[in-house]
Amino acid sequence: MTPTRKKRLILILMVALGVSIAVAIFLTAFKDNIMFFKSPTEVAAQDYPQNRNFRLGGMVKDGSMSRVPNSLKVHFVVTDFAEEVKVEYEGILPDLFREGQGVVTIGQMTTGGLFVAEEVLAKHDENYMPPEVADALETAKKQQPTHQQGSE
Amino acid sequence: MNKIVKFYHEMGSPPSFYRITQHWLMPMLILAIGLTFYGLIDGLFFAPEDYQQGDSYRIIFVHVPAAWMSMFIYAIIGVCGIITFVWRMKVAEAVMMASVPIGALFTAITLLTGMLWGKPMWGTYWDWDARMTSQLILLFLYIGVAGIYAAYEEEPRKAARLAALVAIIGLVNLPIIRYSVYWWTSIHQTSSITLSGGSEGIHSWDMLRPLLVMALATKFYYIYSMLTRTHTYLLKTESNKKWVANAVTKTKGVQS
Repeated sequence: MTPTRKKRLILILMVALGVSIAVAIFLTAFKDNIMFFKSPTEVAAQDYPQNRNFRLGGMVKDGSMSRVPNSLKVHFVVTDFAEEVKVEYEGILPDLFREGQGVVTIGQMTTGGLFVAEEVLAKHDENYMPPEVADALETAKKQQPTHQQGSE
Repeated sequence: MNKIVKFYHEMGSPPSFYRITQHWLMPMLILAIGLTFYGLIDGLFFAPEDYQQGDSYRIIFVHVPAAWMSMFIYAIIGVCGIITFVWRMKVAEAVMMASVPIGALFTAITLLTGMLWGKPMWGTYWDWDARMTSQLILLFLYIGVAGIYAAYEEEPRKAARLAALVAIIGLVNLPIIRYSVYWWTSIHQTSSITLSGGSEGIHSWDMLRPLLVMALATKFYYIYSMLTRTHTYLLKTESNKKWVANAVTKTKGVQS
């Protein structure tokens, strides 16, 4: 390699390194802002903005959903399997909203510990399968409760 | 070994690059069109529906290959950018600038199909989560590289070097896009298919097959489109050279 080319290569590597470090520092500094949602554990630890909307994300707890008759109001519990938060929402839920599935809700904590959501987004996981495969996985899980079927 | 070295040197010189890759265009185009047809028909009609999303998941056959291409092409632009900057190789310049609009197109397709899927599935077209934001930044990077090149019209070689610098700096965005769904909480799901982990998220070969076919089809389309644009770029920037005159008169002779 000629000296000029070597110089240019070193220059470009230094620029790339500098930019990478700057971006890494930036992303670390703004970690909290880039996080899309707060988990129920963070909410339980009072780590959320007061009197301001924020996003709460987790799983909809199995069997926790209930509708208020003659209205669009629903109640459900968002869990991260450590802590739980009760959520109230009035409106139309997205197609993928299901018990046992991921969800992101946007709203505020009220004083009673109830999260009043203005918007509910469903979070899909990375698994795609035909219904038969899903059924088969489900049966296999039930038959062998000791042998965990990892789906992560 | 000698043959490989010779091929490498030939690909570095515009006239022989033009001469050799001219014959690749047709096969690449045929493969791209054929595989796209097969992949889309297989994916839209024969792949089973998803247990959660029903038929809506079928956008994966466009969205995921386009997303892969948006990053793959940017990686190629970055590598060509380094070669352009350090070795001033003309063919690398041409490949870099020829790839920009194709990559931008794939990025736009990724964003649009993602939005169309996001509305019924998540409940929103757009939200500022890390994956979506970094992918949008990728689109801006493509536009930035093209814009800087276009701003220096009088001196295309200098312009290419400046564009290369922006492209190289933008490379830092690729790992951010890739790992955004792991580093931060996001609404976007994590990867169903990874090079290291295989296709763990896709639980049916009938679903995976069209996806892989589409991934191949988009690669062939990219090679075809990139080569065509590279040829044009080389003919334009070398228009005062003898080989261009020869190449152009030869093509004319064949056509008339």
